[in-house]
Amino acid sequence: MRVLGIETSCDETGVAVYDTQAGLLADTLYSQVDMHAAYGGVVPELASRDHTRKLLPLIQTTLDDAGLGRNDLDGIAYTAGPGLVGALMVGAATAHGMAHALGIPVLGVHHMEGHLLAPMLEETAPAFPFVALLVSGGHTQLVEVKGLGHYRLLGESVDDAAGEAFDKTAKMLGLSYPGGPAVARLAEQGDTARFRFPRPMTDRPGLDFSFSGLKTHTLTTANALREAGELDDTGRADIARAFEDAVVDTLVIKCRRALEQTGLTRLVVAGGVSANVRLRERLDTEIARRGGQTFYPRGRFCTDNGAMIAYVGAQRLAAGERDTGTMHAVPRWPLADLAPPDAS
Amino acid sequence: MPTLLALDASTQACSAALMVHREGRDEVISRFSLAPREHTRRLMPMVEELLAEAGIGVSSLDAVAYGRGPGSFTGLRIAAGTAQGLAFGADRPLLGVSTLEALALRANRHHHVRHVLAALDARMGEIYVAAYRCHDDGLERLLDEAVLPPERLTLPSNAQDVDWVGVGSGWTLWDAMPVLLQDAMSQTFEDMHPAAEEMAWLAARQFAAGEAREAHLIQPIYLRDQVAWQKNA
Repeated sequence: MRVLGIETSCDETGVAVYDTQAGLLADTLYSQVDMHAAYGGVVPELASRDHTRKLLPLIQTTLDDAGLGRNDLDGIAYTAGPGLVGALMVGAATAHGMAHALGIPVLGVHHMEGHLLAPMLEETAPAFPFVALLVSGGHTQLVEVKGLGHYRLLGESVDDAAGEAFDKTAKMLGLSYPGGPAVARLAEQGDTARFRFPRPMTDRPGLDFSFSGLKTHTLTTANALREAGELDDTGRADIARAFEDAVVDTLVIKCRRALEQTGLTRLVVAGGVSANVRLRERLDTEIARRGGQTFYPRGRFCTDNGAMIAYVGAQRLAAGERDTGTMHAVPRWPLADLAPPDAS
Repeated sequence: MPTLLALDASTQACSAALMVHREGRDEVISRFSLAPREHTRRLMPMVEELLAEAGIGVSSLDAVAYGRGPGSFTGLRIAAGTAQGLAFGADRPLLGVSTLEALALRANRHHHVRHVLAALDARMGEIYVAAYRCHDDGLERLLDEAVLPPERLTLPSNAQDVDWVGVGSGWTLWDAMPVLLQDAMSQTFEDMHPAAEEMAWLAARQFAAGEAREAHLIQPIYLRDQVAWQKNA
């Protein structure tokens, strides 16, 4: 089954074609990040307008890349949520219109399920069951994954997402939007020994996270340095390093704990922050030491993309699940609400 | 006349219309429902019903059309996405119809009025507005589409000594309109909404005039383009 995947939940327009036999056939992405940079964050109305402008040309490019005509498609999947409702609507409406015209099934899928299963697009894909750490600008969650649609939330952030903390730290340090990669780059020059930031919620049992206190600690440290006239390049790099070390440590501790608690050995890490090099190094070492295995999506599938949506859609559409006449755009949608494919 | 499908979700109303040819004449069949926030649920079933009623598939269409604005931003994009998807999927061209022109034509057809100020509530204390003179063979635009505060609404300079009729939700802001303008209005129909039925007729004309384009080229027209404010760095 050949499925077109459409992702428009935030500030990237992603389109891909996944074939349940042949795998990923094509994958294209248009990022609006430069447009939003001037505003210091994503402007929902501008994001929605840009999706409407870019989506059809991107679908055409993707089909061309795959060497397919629109009639070669067997189904269409789109991101139904969570995300910016106006942006989601663009993908949902276009998918429904196109599927109707082609006489093929259409299905709205969960964005985070896409991230969760993105490592399935790699050659060394994880087998079920596994623990997944979903870590991005909007989410920090540990999920037990027993199979498609069998998800149990083990823990999540009670306040800021890890990626959000990265972005806010970047802002404090005067780095450009989006801040995550910029903080990581700056941290490379930092001294690990100068500051030690707290590892929030690691000194007690449980798998929840909290990053807002760490953010405040970072701010306090930055302000103290500024007053002392020491918030120079070195000072900023040292703060970035201390911050990144604290986040990475916290994530590693909780991942280890989640594997212990579930008795599982495979760890999947997905979402924007999973591109962080130091996080990968630390997890690889730590999990291997315990006899476990780590799995990551390739770099371009860590952030939003159409391939993961095409993949999830293909699994569910092939199992007979589909939308009826309603287009779905669900801004808030807990991952744990998902169920295995529903063929009714 | 072409066989074409028109969609609209620009206001609280949701509608679809199909222009078909039965027994040697052009006919528009349509669905209309006042369904705030339900466009995502209503639109596709309306399309399916109309095609089934006419006994045709999308491959019989010559073109697709939608209410391209001005109107609710999200509504415009729902209609745009659906219409673009249908047109792209069926490999047919797309047409964008002015919601204000469709509104004026609706007033003309229902109330036989000639000079129409079509206005939609644009929120934030503004209205979307345009003025039309309705002729037997079409509409002539006397004031270009604009977004403005109702206090600044004026009549077209070349048609001040005629009876004007106001139509659309913009007229709920009557109290804010200039007294001179109020005096010139013979009637207002503030409960009337733009509908796909008139868009189908207008789109058929546009199609005949060669205005149909590849689907991605027909974008919504929002009129209000100041929607974000750059932060001071």
